[in-house]
Amino acid sequence: MSKKTDKIDALAALSAQRSETGETLWKAAFKRLRGNPMAITGAIIIAIFLVVAVIGPFLVPYSPTATTWLGEVSESQALFPGPRAENWLGIDHQGRDEFSRMIVGAQQSLLVGVVATLFGLVFGALLGGIAGASAGLGGRIGVWIDSIIMRLMDMMLSIPGLLLAISIAAMIGQSVATVMIAVGTVQIPIFARLLRGSMIAQAQADYVLASTSLGIRKPRIVLSHIVPNSLAPVIVQVTLLLGIAIIEAAGLSYLGLGNADTTFPEWGVMLTDAQRYLSSAPRFAVFPAVAIIITALGFTLLGEALREALDPKLRR
Amino acid sequence: MTLLDVQDLSVAFVRRGEAAVRAVDGVSFTVDAGQVVGLVGESGCGKSVTSLAIMGLLPRRGVELGGKAVFDGTDLFGLAPRDMRDVRGKDVAMIFQDPLSSLNPVIPIGLQVTEVLKRHRGMKGDAAGREAADLLDRVGIPDPKRRLKEYPHQLSGGMRQRALIAMAVACRPRLLIADEPTTALDVTIQAQILELLKDLVHEFGTALIMITHDLGVVAGMCDTVNVLYSGRIIETAARRPLFAAPLHPYTHGLLGSIPRLDALESEPLTPIRGSVRDALPWASGCAFQPRCDRPVEACVGAPPELDATFTGHEYRCVNPVRHSND
Repeated sequence: MSKKTDKIDALAALSAQRSETGETLWKAAFKRLRGNPMAITGAIIIAIFLVVAVIGPFLVPYSPTATTWLGEVSESQALFPGPRAENWLGIDHQGRDEFSRMIVGAQQSLLVGVVATLFGLVFGALLGGIAGASAGLGGRIGVWIDSIIMRLMDMMLSIPGLLLAISIAAMIGQSVATVMIAVGTVQIPIFARLLRGSMIAQAQADYVLASTSLGIRKPRIVLSHIVPNSLAPVIVQVTLLLGIAIIEAAGLSYLGLGNADTTFPEWGVMLTDAQRYLSSAPRFAVFPAVAIIITALGFTLLGEALREALDPKLRR
Repeated sequence: MTLLDVQDLSVAFVRRGEAAVRAVDGVSFTVDAGQVVGLVGESGCGKSVTSLAIMGLLPRRGVELGGKAVFDGTDLFGLAPRDMRDVRGKDVAMIFQDPLSSLNPVIPIGLQVTEVLKRHRGMKGDAAGREAADLLDRVGIPDPKRRLKEYPHQLSGGMRQRALIAMAVACRPRLLIADEPTTALDVTIQAQILELLKDLVHEFGTALIMITHDLGVVAGMCDTVNVLYSGRIIETAARRPLFAAPLHPYTHGLLGSIPRLDALESEPLTPIRGSVRDALPWASGCAFQPRCDRPVEACVGAPPELDATFTGHEYRCVNPVRHSND
């Protein structure tokens, strides 16, 4: 009896294993993600952040810029009304509802993070793709093109990220778009190097040799064979860099390089404002800081989990 | 009619500051239209490098290529890369050893088959799709329409190799090179794949170069056999004389080391001594000499020349194996 059930169990395990291999890379990765608490935590944080950032601004109780409660605030007496029934997170130093400002700030962070990362991804992938294709298949001229692009990327990488972003922001001037471009530019060499390396590795794969042996032309091999196989690490990097972009965007706003309208709520700007009241009302700094940290943590957790799930070496 | 004439092919891998490694050293053989020719030898003897050289798939940098590969009157080595790309897949195609890694894992089988049809036969959209389904059907993949939409990992090992064969024969090439096409497969599937290759060769009149280390495969398929050792051909013969009366001690040893069903259980297998690593450079004598069980003085000094019997059985040995019925 027990022997029979053992056999059935073994068969069931075998067929389960078979169904595991009978899935696409992405389906299998998703399955592994679902079983990873790190991934679930990250996904929940990101989901909450997305909902707050997208729907939140329409539901906020008060205008984030209206100085409705200015009369109750007194800087000289260090009087800032704290959390209460009508203002969940209290009143800021200019008599504005802190809760509404936090929510609208989330939208700003999401917008800047996504656009900046997209900017970095598009240009980085373009440069890295050209370099990777040239290095892998382009012959002598290809090596030249690859060298020129990658040395340029090395130069960009050698400048500390925030410093590069500050110089770019200082060059173009103060605006939200500046922050996006500055943060995105820092990411260009990261994406470029990643995609290039991945493509060069894939150019050595057997299926590339096989399609070459069938007379398929090089541009076609690059686009339909090498690039699709090189994207997995890039996608992981997008998730990881989204978190960093949000931190860097807040950093640039904190330094006063963001939106020229300083009354507009933005987590980084709120931190700048909070500086003056660190001793009297530390919560001004705590709320945006915690929000930035948790959001970045969410993206990092999901990114790391995604990397593990897609890494063939870590698969059992 | 000679379809492919490989003359004095030599391939050396060179690296700055290091001695060149001569992987293939003056290999010559011919393939007639519709004929199955075997290239046999153990790992590292140069059989795969020979096939890659013929296909023009060796990297340009770090490789010194010598000799000629005349295919239907044109020397393939003299062709511009662009012209060679037109030949590959259309006139000459290749089947590789590991079907899983030779298929692109992220795109469906169908796209990979139609890609070849679009490239060389100028087919488009639906027509290419129908032809791809016909091809899969021809190589024995059941339910081809559904399979076209599937990814390589969803197919079994045998079906993957069938799909690769379908891609290779998509344009009815006149020469097919199969580089150990059954090594990665189960024994039962091996037999099916070999049967399929035999059928296709017969049906399309395709010539086949069969690269293998499996003498059973050779015995079942090849018309003529070339045995390679350390980059040179050491014996060439039609299948029957080679198996009945191998002249080179290496071939003789290979055949002697095969386990036989009719042998006594107590009888041990007779291996060849040493390993490929013991090969001498040909310049200083016979490369097989250190492992040979019939060495004579003439083995050392100068490389043995290729000799032939009156029946055309060629061998590169100064002290060939004698057979009583010779």
